[in-house]
Amino acid sequence: MINPFEIIETINMIDKENLDIRTITMGISLKNCTDPNVDKACEKIYKKITSYARNLVKVGCEIEEQFGIPIINKRISVTPVATVIDALDEPDTEKCLKIAKTLDSAAKEVGVDFIGGYSALVHKGFTKGERILIESIPEALAKTDIVCSSVNIGSTRAGINMDAVALMGSTIKKAAELTKDNGGFACAKLVVFCNAVEDNPFMAGAFHGEGEGDCVINVGVSGPGVVKCALEKVKGEPFGAVAETIKNTAFKITRMGQLVASEASKRLGVPFGIVDLSLAPTPAVGDSVAYILEEMGLEKCGTHGTTAALALLNDAVKKGGVMASSYVGGLSGAFIPVSEDAGMISAAKSGALSIEKLEAMTCVCSVGLDMIAVPGDTTADTISCIIADEAAIGMVNSKTTAVRIIPAPGKTVGDTVEFGGLLGSGPVMSLNKYQGAEFIARGGRIPAPLQSLKN
Amino acid sequence: MRAVVTVVGKDKPGIIAKVSTLLYENGINILDISQTVMSNDMFTMIMLVDMNTASAGDVSAKLTELAGEVGLSIHLQNEELFNSMHRI
Repeated sequence: MINPFEIIETINMIDKENLDIRTITMGISLKNCTDPNVDKACEKIYKKITSYARNLVKVGCEIEEQFGIPIINKRISVTPVATVIDALDEPDTEKCLKIAKTLDSAAKEVGVDFIGGYSALVHKGFTKGERILIESIPEALAKTDIVCSSVNIGSTRAGINMDAVALMGSTIKKAAELTKDNGGFACAKLVVFCNAVEDNPFMAGAFHGEGEGDCVINVGVSGPGVVKCALEKVKGEPFGAVAETIKNTAFKITRMGQLVASEASKRLGVPFGIVDLSLAPTPAVGDSVAYILEEMGLEKCGTHGTTAALALLNDAVKKGGVMASSYVGGLSGAFIPVSEDAGMISAAKSGALSIEKLEAMTCVCSVGLDMIAVPGDTTADTISCIIADEAAIGMVNSKTTAVRIIPAPGKTVGDTVEFGGLLGSGPVMSLNKYQGAEFIARGGRIPAPLQSLKN
Repeated sequence: MRAVVTVVGKDKPGIIAKVSTLLYENGINILDISQTVMSNDMFTMIMLVDMNTASAGDVSAKLTELAGEVGLSIHLQNEELFNSMHRI
């Protein structure tokens, strides 16, 4: 029989340290759902999603019951919807909205929490459909409940599409305006990527990549609380011990993810894709990435030393997790969403954490500037400049970066925006007051860096 | 399916009786029992059981109800969870 201490350790992780499976995400290809007629395309999409995912929630709940592991979300990701839009006869915003609403109702029909993939990959240029899709994003997000959207505007191989960067600045502004009664909530469902990954199970940036098969199961684990509690036992010890402790913990967390992924794949009869071994925080106290950094010896997350602490954490999580799963993928690292992390919220409120420090942290974390509320009067150009900076970090460092920023309508520095649930609440952070409008107005493409020439 | 039933909390008379009666009433066979007193006088009982045809969801709900009555924490989890987390 298994060692009782190990059993108690596992139970404590789940009961007291907030260990959970964040999401089982079913990726569904829409490549065979295109049609020149929008109604026919919608019918195909609805049919495919509701038939492929009809047992997803049921199976998720069964696994939850039998293994005693909380599985917080069941989600669907689909092929970037721009593919469907491009196949339409005379695509327009109305048709895009029809498809967005179809995704929303299909996802609700099968009972999932979110559906991602209202997306376009435009890192080198736009097709007509992609441009129309991007223009429709604000309305699509405002008029649906659980549809998530993402746009890839740059990559190490292609450089940065600055026309897309400019367009995304105004798209985010418009999305905030259309949902101004909810604090600009639509922006929480919209991610701008550089080097987007094709198998990310996490929202809002999940989509089913071009290179994926017809249907796949990806699992995202979580567990910042477990890492924090493990580190409490090595207080004052050198960094070697810190890294070892994180690796051991990440291994165990990922093993659980691997188990859930293979069970879900078997029970649903769908191939297993990847385990994303990310540390994803929630606003619950004790489930925070910031607290891990503080446990390493920083008085407050965001102070000098935070980037180094995060770099160690991000690396050790990968090293521990990679051996625990047969296929690791997605974003895999430590997330630093401000509004979704109790420690980050507190650090931002106390002034310890600034957007400049967050930007530095995104050089070494798994994604980017995530769930950051900024003043409502922030201009579209400023948002574009923030996107360009973040994309440049991703492009040069060959890593995924992203911007999920909320210019909260009517709010100013010091206010708080409430999103509720896993999205939490964000203190409005201050930005540099000087403008970069002429920089954005140039348009065109920033060439791919030298490190793209690897062949 | 084989599952692990874990009972954790302050020691008191009748814990084993109550848990095993509940398992018996649901047609579950106990394969192994170990009882340890961990740090801080925490009573822990760990049972390996064969669920036979019993539903994990139903039995878990009943165990949670019992846990509430006697002031303990009781879990029922598929054995595979522990094997995969702690064994390579």
